Amino acid sequence: MDFSNSISNLFGKSPIRPLQEHMSLVVNCASHLESFFEAVIADQWDKASEIFDLVASNENEADDLKKQFRLNMPKSLFMPVSRADLLGILAQQDNIANITKDVCGIVLGRKMNIPNTLQSDFIGYVKSAIETCEKARKAIEELDELLETGFTGQEVKFVKKLIRELDAQEQKVDKKERKLRQRLFKIEAEIPPVNVMFLYNVIDNIGEVADVAEQIGNQLELLLAK
Amino acid sequence: MDLFSEYGTILIILAGAFGFFMAWGVGANDVANAMGTSVGSKALTIKQAILIAMVFEFAGAYLAGGEVTSTIRKGIVDSEIFTNSPDLLVFGMLSALLAAGTWLMIASFMGWPVSTTHSIVGAIVGFAAVGVSVDAVNWSKVSTIVASWVVSPVIAGTISFALFRSVQTLILVHDDPFVRAKKYAPLYMFAVGFLMAMVTILKGLKHVFKDIGMSLSFSESIVWSAMFGILVAMLGSYLLSKVKRDLVLEEKNRFANVERVFAVLMIFTACSMAFAHGSNDVANAVGPLAAVVNVVNSGGVILAKSTMPSWILLLGGAGIVFGLATYGFKVMGTIGRKITELTPSRGFAAELGAAATVVFASGTGLPISTTHTLVGAVLGVGLARGIGALNLKMIGSIFLSWVVTLPAGAGLSILFFFFFKGVFG
Repeated sequence: MDFSNSISNLFGKSPIRPLQEHMSLVVNCASHLESFFEAVIADQWDKASEIFDLVASNENEADDLKKQFRLNMPKSLFMPVSRADLLGILAQQDNIANITKDVCGIVLGRKMNIPNTLQSDFIGYVKSAIETCEKARKAIEELDELLETGFTGQEVKFVKKLIRELDAQEQKVDKKERKLRQRLFKIEAEIPPVNVMFLYNVIDNIGEVADVAEQIGNQLELLLAK
Repeated sequence: MDLFSEYGTILIILAGAFGFFMAWGVGANDVANAMGTSVGSKALTIKQAILIAMVFEFAGAYLAGGEVTSTIRKGIVDSEIFTNSPDLLVFGMLSALLAAGTWLMIASFMGWPVSTTHSIVGAIVGFAAVGVSVDAVNWSKVSTIVASWVVSPVIAGTISFALFRSVQTLILVHDDPFVRAKKYAPLYMFAVGFLMAMVTILKGLKHVFKDIGMSLSFSESIVWSAMFGILVAMLGSYLLSKVKRDLVLEEKNRFANVERVFAVLMIFTACSMAFAHGSNDVANAVGPLAAVVNVVNSGGVILAKSTMPSWILLLGGAGIVFGLATYGFKVMGTIGRKITELTPSRGFAAELGAAATVVFASGTGLPISTTHTLVGAVLGVGLARGIGALNLKMIGSIFLSWVVTLPAGAGLSILFFFFFKGVFG
């Protein structure tokens, strides 16, 4: 017998866990950036290409999760958070993986050289961008606890604190980006112009990863406001 | 009347069999809905849920099921119309039982939304209005009943909303929710005990007290109920003292231990839910049976005031337990597996809100749908931002259940009515 009148039909699948799974996947994807650029700097293009494959498969997986997530979000679902906000967060999360893949793809395709004088700063810059994603993931991880408290009380304060930390981290990334650009500016005459253009582009995109991570935090804050 | 001296025993046996069949259906399907939330939130295992259901469904049916039974028995139809033709009432009630039971079977197999309460009310109205005359239906009572179907989910939702909000403000928003949960949980347990005792004393034990020449005033009832509530809270505190903080669990979710406290609380609300369900839904099966037995035993005289033989409620209770044991546990497992998003802190609020509403309806003699009331209660918790995702299509299916089940029960009942009339009349 199939009991369609059963109370169980009332319960939809909570979007929180899938959203968190998606987030940890894309952050994992972005975290490959560090080892990727280390391989690039060491001129190990085979290794870099392997890492790129990892990034690409992560990005693919994230895409699948995203599609599934959207399919499980019919308009008839009644949720404690707005459907549009959740879908917005999901899209931002997905962007992290997309940009990561783009960056790796360009660098690998052009076998780009990172100038010697920039190398250590560059790795530091990448690391702090990844750290920003980590912080955003931490905030997203709190969503189930937020749901548990019904979006009230100490938990909200706690998440707001996490979001503040995320913002601070993103500002650090911004500072590093400016510094890196200035140093590149000083030596740009020595490098072929097209290469310089792409270096700026890569720096930009890595900053964008951190930016998107911060925006996830901002959207999370919107959820709390309601 | 000749009919009753000739076929009386057969009629009673038939009514008993149909009533038991109906009660079996309630036990097999409805109970699983009432208890599924406890199983789904993992507060109870299926075995524990079945045990609790058996004891408290029976207790609810026996101790507090009288009022709704009497509504089904003589509230929906106008007894005066049948004074000169009691045989029609007997045939009608038999058809209503058979019709509702059959319809429940068909609908369950086809997976259509059904409600026992709606089936039986539809069936009784059907045979009376079409088989006898439109005046044979006590329309004012029927409209009260139909109104209660709309009101009960709303009331349950409101109570559950308030309960969950109280859990938020008393427990969840604070720094140490585990300690606060342990502190406040007995309060809710007290409410559970008080509620059950109050309804039992006011409604169920009325006859018992009268028999032994005892009577309690309203305030005395409150005192006794409060004492019972305190007893329940003490039992609960004892169980709670065994819940120790498990730090390993907290690494994954900081509220894991808080939920363990609520899981204990949910044992109590599950009891109240089973009690409430028994008090309201057993009447669907035994109400018509009681009507038949009454008329046949008095040889055709429809007594306005008559005591109901206790074996009838016992038969209903036994049917529910039998349905649970043969089929209900399977359904409960299915439902429990599907409800995974409901944590004990929400499940308890939903169950208590629904149980309070249903028990109150039982006390007033209104047959309502336990499942629909529970749906209202869950939505109430959802409105307090408590549940991850709720499927609002269920509301449509409830609406469908009204539109489809009422005429279906009525139609079948009319069919059977003329059949019985042809066979015995």
